[in-house]
Amino acid sequence: MNKFLDHIGSAFIRFFEQTGLWFRMLGRTATWAARPPYEFGEWFRQMARVGVDSVPVVFLTTMFTGMVLALQTWAGFQRVHAENFVGSVVALAMLRELSPVLVGLMVTGRVGSSMAAEIGTMRVTEQLDALKSLATDPVQYLFVPRVIAGIVMLPFLVVLGDALGIYGGYLVAVKLLGANSFIYEQNTFQFLEMKDIWSGLIKSSVFGLILTLTGCVRGYYTTGGAEGVGKATTNAVVSASLIILLSDFFLTKILF
Amino acid sequence: MPAQPIISLQHVYKSFNGKEVLKDMSIGINTGESVVIVGGSGTGKSVTLKHIIGLMQPDRGHVTVASTDLCCLKAVELNEFRRRFGMSFQEGALFDSMSVFENIAFPLRRHTKMKAAEIRNRVEECLAQVHLKDVDTKRPSELSGGMRRRVGFARAISLKPQILLFDEPTTGLDPVISDVIAELIVEMDQTLETTTVTITHDMKVAFKIANRVAMLHEGRIIEDGTPEQFQRSTNPIVQQFIEGRAHGPLTESQ
Repeated sequence: MNKFLDHIGSAFIRFFEQTGLWFRMLGRTATWAARPPYEFGEWFRQMARVGVDSVPVVFLTTMFTGMVLALQTWAGFQRVHAENFVGSVVALAMLRELSPVLVGLMVTGRVGSSMAAEIGTMRVTEQLDALKSLATDPVQYLFVPRVIAGIVMLPFLVVLGDALGIYGGYLVAVKLLGANSFIYEQNTFQFLEMKDIWSGLIKSSVFGLILTLTGCVRGYYTTGGAEGVGKATTNAVVSASLIILLSDFFLTKILF
Repeated sequence: MPAQPIISLQHVYKSFNGKEVLKDMSIGINTGESVVIVGGSGTGKSVTLKHIIGLMQPDRGHVTVASTDLCCLKAVELNEFRRRFGMSFQEGALFDSMSVFENIAFPLRRHTKMKAAEIRNRVEECLAQVHLKDVDTKRPSELSGGMRRRVGFARAISLKPQILLFDEPTTGLDPVISDVIAELIVEMDQTLETTTVTITHDMKVAFKIANRVAMLHEGRIIEDGTPEQFQRSTNPIVQQFIEGRAHGPLTESQ
């Protein structure tokens, strides 16, 4: 029994430690971001890595999600003769929820993990100490460009995802299920508000911050050799995905 | 004799997960000296070096460099302060995402307003200092162990530091290359007029580059003197270490 309580206790302590650490590193990243020198070259490299290089993954994920969403809602709505509203549902779901979350999770797997592995390897090969010895704070040189890239690029990916998802839904509904293209289009846009678009974009920026910072922090605190790097990578993906899904609820509640 | 040493560790204690690595470690290093700290594996040599450059902070005690106590510096100040140092790491610790040229140019691009041509000149100068040429476009992974160390040296001296720190500069190299690297350290120490601190467990290298040798054992300095004095030391631990014998007080105490 005591052992059991011990486990629970130490899990709690670890949780709060990690949360505290995360926010402390967020603070450090913010302060170092304001200080020169600004490595614009590095910023753009990271933006390309987070944004441009993620386009194929985002393309496939959101397009197919839009398609399957149309299939599923069609099947359901047919029962109450509301097929006409499939377009509205697909557009709302993609803009408000699916595109930001799916892009966030996919980019976490693609980029957050590689950031953790990269910085973790730098830790175990003393490259982080080497950076410091060259009067360069690793948070400034490594974290800042990556986190900025996440915050800036995720909304762009989400805009792309929104468009592709809606288009995917249109394709399935009109070409496959025989919906009237004019009515479908009209229903897609008729009930949309600006808020539906920007709430998704704000969410995605926050997810961009979460996934890049978590990747960086996990990499930074890597211990042990190759095994440690592996653990850091897994941890980065698991914890960033969890934080994204949990914060999604609260963000939606606030932005509703 | 300078009044105050440029680097001084006073009664430094440091432990990791309850294991005391440095126990009342004190040493003073004067300007222009080339000090070699020797000792077995896990005696806290690297930890000592990392305290000097502020990569680690002591649990107790003080580390003072150029009359500045490192404990009292803010992160930004410490960052600036490190420009006085050039440090070479065990495996070179070159940035593997960059070419050799970019590695050496890195601190110049970040900390100076030098133009591209000046940077190129300075990088070539640094590479010439470590007797390397035609490697600047290579990636660190394409270099041999000895070459990686040299590029590491070149990067360490690019900002013309006052203090050079070498962490196990010859570990993992063959005896000939080790000797070449040791000679290079002597040469750099003399031409660049720096204060040099090297840690190693290779006594041959130590005697070659040191004008003072100190031995670290169980977290503190147990012998400290010129290479001649060190060799004549009556301390049986020191003698066992110099001769590299398997049996003696060093191994019995473990």
